Amino acid sequence: MNEKLKEYTERLEALGKELGLDYYPVDFQLVPPAFMMEVAVYGLPVRMPHWSFGVRYIYQLVQHRMGASKIFEVVYPGNPGRAYLADTNTVEENTLVVAHVLGHADFSKNNLLFRRGQEEIGYHIVEQAAAHAGQISNAITEHGQERVEAVLDAALGLEQHIDIHKGLRRPRYPEWEEVPSGEVEDEFQARYGKLLEEVPASEPRPSRRRAAIPPHPEHDLLWFIAQYAPELEDWERDIFLMVREESFYFYPVFACQIMNEGWASYWHARLLREADFLPPDLYVQSAKTHSDVVRPYAGEQQVALSINPYHLGFSLWEEIVKNQGLEAARSIMEQDDDFSFIRNHLTEQMARDLDLFDFSARRDGRIIVDEFDIDAIREAVLLHKFNFGAPRVAVTDLRNDGTLELRHFSEIDGRGLDLSSARKVLEYIHRVWRRPVQVETIDANGEKEIIREGFGPREVSASR
Amino acid sequence: MSERNQYHSTTSADTRWYGLFSRGSRDWLRHNEKVREAVRDHVMDIAAEADVLSGSGERRVQVPVRFLEHHRFKLAKGKQSKGVGQGKVQPGDVLRQGQAQGEEGGKSGSGSGEGGLEFVLEFKVDELVEWLWEELELPNLEPRANTIDEDDFTRAGWDKKGARARLDRRRSMKESIKRRAVQPEGPIFTNEDLRYRQLVRRPRPSTNAVVFFALDVSSSVTERERRLAKTFFFWALQGLRREYERIETVFVAHTVRAWEFPEQEFFQARAQGGTVASTAFNKVLEVINERYDPGRYNVYLFYASDGENFADDRQPAGAALEKLCPMSSFIGYLETGRTVQSDYQTETSRLFQRAALKGFPVATYPLAEEGHVWAAIRHFFRRQAAEQEEVQV
Repeated sequence: MNEKLKEYTERLEALGKELGLDYYPVDFQLVPPAFMMEVAVYGLPVRMPHWSFGVRYIYQLVQHRMGASKIFEVVYPGNPGRAYLADTNTVEENTLVVAHVLGHADFSKNNLLFRRGQEEIGYHIVEQAAAHAGQISNAITEHGQERVEAVLDAALGLEQHIDIHKGLRRPRYPEWEEVPSGEVEDEFQARYGKLLEEVPASEPRPSRRRAAIPPHPEHDLLWFIAQYAPELEDWERDIFLMVREESFYFYPVFACQIMNEGWASYWHARLLREADFLPPDLYVQSAKTHSDVVRPYAGEQQVALSINPYHLGFSLWEEIVKNQGLEAARSIMEQDDDFSFIRNHLTEQMARDLDLFDFSARRDGRIIVDEFDIDAIREAVLLHKFNFGAPRVAVTDLRNDGTLELRHFSEIDGRGLDLSSARKVLEYIHRVWRRPVQVETIDANGEKEIIREGFGPREVSASR
Repeated sequence: MSERNQYHSTTSADTRWYGLFSRGSRDWLRHNEKVREAVRDHVMDIAAEADVLSGSGERRVQVPVRFLEHHRFKLAKGKQSKGVGQGKVQPGDVLRQGQAQGEEGGKSGSGSGEGGLEFVLEFKVDELVEWLWEELELPNLEPRANTIDEDDFTRAGWDKKGARARLDRRRSMKESIKRRAVQPEGPIFTNEDLRYRQLVRRPRPSTNAVVFFALDVSSSVTERERRLAKTFFFWALQGLRREYERIETVFVAHTVRAWEFPEQEFFQARAQGGTVASTAFNKVLEVINERYDPGRYNVYLFYASDGENFADDRQPAGAALEKLCPMSSFIGYLETGRTVQSDYQTETSRLFQRAALKGFPVATYPLAEEGHVWAAIRHFFRRQAAEQEEVQV
């Protein structure tokens, strides 16, 4: 690392501390842009191999060649936190990036969602993901690429389907449940038991019975499959659990993106503003980089059809600190996620000042600006963030013959599943579940639609 | 813990190893491998698309393929979706016009854009043939040594005289060294040292073949039927190429007349008129007599037609076919449009059946749908392999 940058880093950290930043030490590394690009694709510096990353990599490569994206930094929460800086960035850019990283580090140590995630997963996600990658490479050597890929197709395909509220480590459901006293055990007894008095009362009523599995719709599909797949081998279960653990890590990053990027942008702006030790021209250069990062529009455009989370988050934090003070801002930072943050703090005035608008896009591509409606704007900002960005699908029943029943909660999502991709996902699941699998959703006309995989012809007609 | 909480960050030494390998490329290569596998599963479709008939196995076929998509549960597309943007606009402004085709623009949602991009993979025709052979579980054919002989020059020994071009430098040098070992003072080279390679004329079994593709282009044969015929022709040729060192192809199209075509024009050929098969057979006979001595060539004929030969032509066609049969290694008749179950025998199929009954190597294949092409190919090459075994035994 450049000596000058090293010096700036130390002094920026001292300044941050003075201003109330509170974070675990950060390990900064300068890496080539190729590495940055891979990190952006994989989400983690060393992650399990899977062909789907290859596709994203090519997209990223193409975008990069076209100059559409430039990745400044990537930072991983933990103790120590790990930050990667592109070694092709100028010292000016990297000074700003260091300040930005300190904001992230502060956020990830104090935000509740991040805190809980790290308490569960530990403080070394980078190392853990690398260990997972190693385990999976070994599995490939041992069981062959095809078999490992079949498991990863399913597990990564379901990576959004976790239930963070139930926690990372949770016990299996109880297999037995108490029979509530006074409840009659079967319908026959209920109807005829009293009529035939000479029939001796049946055996002493059992005090417990087999519990239904799952007892309630189970949204953590990765967990459920890992725990209850009838013929899953141990190494396959391990892969499911590895993917699930990484998903638990990714969730806070996903659910706090606007807040987190905004917070980091607020802090890089503020630290640079108050760092009187920086040469004036460096400050000017950094300020320029700052405005590039937090601008709402790409290039020359004057209208954007999406929101730059850096810009939105940055503007909101500036406003909050201005009106309520830093202390209030810090407690919002600790307690909120993007849902509460946007709903509580994106005011109508803010939305108007930022020129936010809501629009409707028809299927043929026609886009028309709607009447200004702050609630619609807020919900549109959050639209793709609900449920980790995935449709709500839950396990509703595990039948005695091992059939897995899934249901899509179309009443919540407002629409049915895309049937062709749902079919493909069922194929993935069936290859690891190895018993029949079905998912219930609605079709375009709102009619109930059940997609099945792995049923014999008789079973299909029987279950209709 | 308190110690760790101190504001003390580290900077690692510059790491150079990152550039050494790329996980992204590794997974991209794996993706491509999977695409190839997927393509392989559709090798028959590609074969049908393949735009080459003759030409060497080195030739490549370009197959446009889509990126594989890793599927997830996603919601069906709604009639309308909501979004949020930023900029100075008024309610009611149309920011983008609808397109006739329902392509959703690159707005929000990360997954939607992926899976749409196409790229092109190149396959060697040889590679495809290899896959097809596996797919159809076809036997591997040895280059066939026929009874037909052909003269060939082979190298045999050395002589002190010969053409300059056949001077064997290594041999000559050896001679020179030997000589100088005996007379150390002698010149480095003398004419006595020179050795020339000698050639000897030797008969060799022929591995030549000529394949005739005859196609009924009368108005009753549909485009689809032609495609089926073309597919069969292509793969039959590719397969024969594994058997013979040199293959020549002749393309004949006919209605009530027959013409020889270059390959490029052959499948475009289209004409009005009925079907008189004898014209095609006579044309083939004519070409054989002119250019391909059956004594030196293995002759194959594949004839595709919908079978509706004129009744008047029964006699001439039968006669021409009987002349062709003895000089051919194999004659295949592909009846397009015919279903397997049909008991109804067309005029043309009766002709070929009669030839087959006489013990000539003739076979008839129905060609009503894609599957039939592969059944016919499989049947044809199994038969070739069986024959080969007979010859070897």
